[in-house]
Amino acid sequence: MERFRRAASGRTGMVVALAFVLLVIVVAAVLKGVGATQLLSLFIRGVLLGGTLALGAIGVTLVFSVLKMANFAHGDTMTLGAYLGLVVVTLLPKGAPLAPFSFGYEFIVALLVVIPAVGLITFGLDQLAFRPLRARRSPAIMFAMAALGLAFGIRSLVYIFWGADFTFFYTGRARPAVELFAGIRVRPDQFFILGLAIVLIVGVYLLLERTKIGKAMRATADNSDLARLSGIDTKRVILWTWLIGGGLAAAGGMLYGLDVQLRPEMGWWLLLPLFASVILGSLGNAYGALAGAFVIGIVWQMSGAFINPVYSQGIAFLVMIIVLLVRPEGLFGGKK
Amino acid sequence: MPLLTVEGAVAGYGEMQVLRGIDLTVGEGEIVSIVGPNGAGKSTVMKLIFGLLKPWEGSVTFDGRDVSGMAPEKLVRLGLSYVPQVDNVFPNLTVEENLDMGGYIRTGSLAEQKERVFELFPRLAERRRQRAGKMSGGERQMVAMGRALMLDPRLLMLDEPSAGLAPLLVDMIFDKIVDINRTGVSVLMVEQNAKKSLALADRGYVLATGQNQVDGPGRDLLENPEVARLYLGG
Repeated sequence: MERFRRAASGRTGMVVALAFVLLVIVVAAVLKGVGATQLLSLFIRGVLLGGTLALGAIGVTLVFSVLKMANFAHGDTMTLGAYLGLVVVTLLPKGAPLAPFSFGYEFIVALLVVIPAVGLITFGLDQLAFRPLRARRSPAIMFAMAALGLAFGIRSLVYIFWGADFTFFYTGRARPAVELFAGIRVRPDQFFILGLAIVLIVGVYLLLERTKIGKAMRATADNSDLARLSGIDTKRVILWTWLIGGGLAAAGGMLYGLDVQLRPEMGWWLLLPLFASVILGSLGNAYGALAGAFVIGIVWQMSGAFINPVYSQGIAFLVMIIVLLVRPEGLFGGKK
Repeated sequence: MPLLTVEGAVAGYGEMQVLRGIDLTVGEGEIVSIVGPNGAGKSTVMKLIFGLLKPWEGSVTFDGRDVSGMAPEKLVRLGLSYVPQVDNVFPNLTVEENLDMGGYIRTGSLAEQKERVFELFPRLAERRRQRAGKMSGGERQMVAMGRALMLDPRLLMLDEPSAGLAPLLVDMIFDKIVDINRTGVSVLMVEQNAKKSLALADRGYVLATGQNQVDGPGRDLLENPEVARLYLGG
């Protein structure tokens, strides 16, 4: 048993374990009589979900690495982004759909407005809720409670202004799917969603690796005391952390809303998979969060082949527990 | 007028008093070494000068300006640079990115400064794309000192630069400190290795129980029986 544990705790062992989980899912689905076509389309849906999750997970991991706090309000930040996007889409005069997509120019404008707006809003909330805690060097539990408070606060506002019902960006508009190959059907919107997610992720990668502020963010995440000693402006780093984290979350929320629907609880229900992704990819590692998000997205969707999809989120939770037991530092973490 | 003056400094952490009245000066172009047994408050003096602690009493003056308790991000702009004893590199950044961060507040090209650091530590030039966290202790110390030199400081403060290094590397680091000093940078260091650091220092201070007990030219201190007594804890 001990030998097994040691073997499994290596990175390769971890990858093997994840492949095994996937295999179990496939076998279970086949035993239940699920066809290859359906499995493959669930896989594709998983990749799509992974892209949306990644947009949220990168923010969670950035905020964690720079500010050393778990932002439990991140899921509801996604909800906020989706609903603010709805406001913009509703206010603008309706144009024709940008064929083959189901949405018009309004959705693009909404993205351009909401991404920076939510980035600034999250920075403002940080100054209001978290900065005083940092100044007082409060324990982690205070940050967690403040974040939960924000999460409930955001959700309550959504209930007040938009009600508890689900809604769509374009109510009643048809969203036909096209056949990709071999009976796999995909909606054109979903290409847009994955494409935009990839563009944003590449953008963040370039920002972190190539720009001065990106390097300063990584330096602050690495060693915040030394960053101060080097004269790095911590306030600016914190502002950019929220601009990126909050902005990506807003984009993720809008894309999720476009793909599925808008619900006041949508982000809250994404919170667990978000943290599962981040832990799977090693807390604080942006590239790990990306990989983790795709793994969780795929496992989540594919497990829907043999269990009621209502429970498939539990599978994401299960994967997180397995990681915590076998390799707590995650896929991309060094041994401490 | 000395470059740095600490006068009657009293400070500590929370309720715990560590420094009970410290006086020291560093003149332009000098190497000054602070030695003393464990727990004497050596590192605390450095933190106090670099604004990581506020003095309860007394003052810190740099270049004729009162900088007591001034934040480190402001001090670096005045020409002070500090290399902490531990956690003194950005482990996930490459050697070159570490140097970039050292020159963060400077606008414009850092090429000239980087070239100078690579000249001083040729080893770093070979490894400029390597992550600092994957390097040996000696190489990490070079990265840390290189980072601190990126702003052409007037005073370089080193906290235990030889701690945890193999004897050969200790000599190398001390040689580099002399080299850096020759380029016109004043050096204030805290060292566990009293013999070697006093041998190269222009002046030294022996700290015990949060006060300076003896001071004078480095070589004189080495022969001072009082210093030996303080070290043996007599």
